[in-house]
Amino acid sequence: MSEAGGGQATTGAVVSLERVTKRYGPPGTPPAVDDLTLTIPAGEIVVLVGPSGCGKTTTMRMINRLVEPTSGRVTIDGEDVMRLPAVELRRRIGYVIQQVGLFPHLTVADNVAVVPRLLGWKPARIRERVEELLELVGLEPAAYARRYPSALSGGEQQRVGVARALAADPPLMLMDEPFGAVDPIRRDRLQNEFLRLQARVRKTVIFVTHDVDEAIKMADRIAIMRRGGVVAQYDTPDQVLANPADEFVERFVGADRGLKRLSLSRVRDMPLVEPLLMHRSDSRPDARRRLAAAPLPYALLIDDARRPIGWLAEDDLEGEGSIGSHVELDPPTCVQPETTLRDALSAMLSSGVQLGVVVDERDAVTGLISVDAISETLRAGQPAPAT
Amino acid sequence: MTDGRPLVDVEWIVSNVDDIWQRTVDHVVLTVLAVGIGLLISFALALLVRRYRWLAGPVLGITGTLYTIPSLALFALLIPITGIRSILTAEIALVSYTLLILLRNILAGLEGVPPEVREAARGMGFSAWQLLWRVELPIALPVIIAGVRIATVTTIGLVTVTALIGIQSLGSLIVNIGLAQFFFTAVLIGASGAVVLAIAADLGLSALQRLLTPWSRSRATAT
Repeated sequence: MSEAGGGQATTGAVVSLERVTKRYGPPGTPPAVDDLTLTIPAGEIVVLVGPSGCGKTTTMRMINRLVEPTSGRVTIDGEDVMRLPAVELRRRIGYVIQQVGLFPHLTVADNVAVVPRLLGWKPARIRERVEELLELVGLEPAAYARRYPSALSGGEQQRVGVARALAADPPLMLMDEPFGAVDPIRRDRLQNEFLRLQARVRKTVIFVTHDVDEAIKMADRIAIMRRGGVVAQYDTPDQVLANPADEFVERFVGADRGLKRLSLSRVRDMPLVEPLLMHRSDSRPDARRRLAAAPLPYALLIDDARRPIGWLAEDDLEGEGSIGSHVELDPPTCVQPETTLRDALSAMLSSGVQLGVVVDERDAVTGLISVDAISETLRAGQPAPAT
Repeated sequence: MTDGRPLVDVEWIVSNVDDIWQRTVDHVVLTVLAVGIGLLISFALALLVRRYRWLAGPVLGITGTLYTIPSLALFALLIPITGIRSILTAEIALVSYTLLILLRNILAGLEGVPPEVREAARGMGFSAWQLLWRVELPIALPVIIAGVRIATVTTIGLVTVTALIGIQSLGSLIVNIGLAQFFFTAVLIGASGAVVLAIAADLGLSALQRLLTPWSRSRATAT
């Protein structure tokens, strides 16, 4: 299923927690996770997010039995995790942690090969798989395979960590604050890379973070947890932002949740406005007439390849003859269909003409997007994010 | 009786070269045996201590006490039990002295394994045994070998003392010929032989460490 590239045919597994409770102390002590029921659909990224002490990490660790539940049941594709030996179970689940935990005494290639070796794969198959994975996470095998982890940057180490977790092609990945230890710029890159990777491999991913913005960006579904191991809301990022279940969720996602919703939608989700286009060879009187008849006070000057040059207002079009090239124009703000509405809005607000010119991959104009239209969608609670 | 003999009697050295070689081999065998057995015992003790934390105090206490007993006294104490001129007497004492150093370094090496490495290994499905052999020991190796180096050098020195209870080694050149006959050349050959052995062992083990743990070098240069 899906456009599975590179022989990645596996789809994720359904993970289900049924009335799971974990108490670290004797009966009577407050539980770390309390009577939790949660179903994680196959092939989705579900983010467990909440303040420290909310039991999100404990919840995740009960899935690969690094923590064993006091009561309740955890199943993967219907199979009770307690039925399998813990060691065998874990080899079938990818595991990525914040501090990465690469083996310092093994090369990058040997680190990635760890689980396949535990599973007893043939050397040739392991070699092939390692190469494929390093390429998948953007590390040139010839340059990286034989290095030791100490010779890698933090971001490179984390990518090796992801490759290692994917090595045996597990249907399920557990990721505990995987990008928590890298700086914000690299984190953003790693997040984007992981989302692109996920679009290809379609694993079920359970992702723990305390960062709401990361949760909103990565999640197909968010489980917001509060202290005492209770899920306050389990829903899509858009729903969590648009309709927070209670005051706790509302406070947790932040006062700027309206703006945050904008980062869930992209320019391509919006209805575009048809621009009034003009060429340098157009005659000025004719252009004036057309502008007066148009709904917008600006026309867009374009070149022969439909690439935008600048905005034309009424006073730019006075006199006779053609528009020509001597006019000084407000440069247009260009956005791509993939740009998030939040970024588009920010770019448009800082330009003179508060319109965004939507361009395709060849920089040709496809339409306009307005600040008004964006604020309208915010009010209407509209755009369904098409990720 | 030493009158007329030069300080370094080359003639004596040449005519006794076979004997000197034999004592050197004896010396090496005694040392390797002591460090080898010491390593096995320390390793077993280290595993016990990791399994039962409360054993750490008593075990380190006992090995520490053994370490403080003067070597000559220990040999003397053992003679009534295991006999004079007995390899067993010598080895029991020699092994005892290696335990503290080896045990401490094995424990320090294992404790030096970063917790996130252990966590990742467990999360990926290493059994406790695989974790020990494939992850913890390899990572602890530089510290363990550092302990073996100290233990080896110390043991090479101590082996010379076993000559006093009648064990053959480079020490017997010093005690039985050098001191007994006030013959300086024998003392010199015995002593310098032990020093050369110690230096060679130290260099050899350090080379072995670099060979076995290429990653620890690249870490040192990368950070």
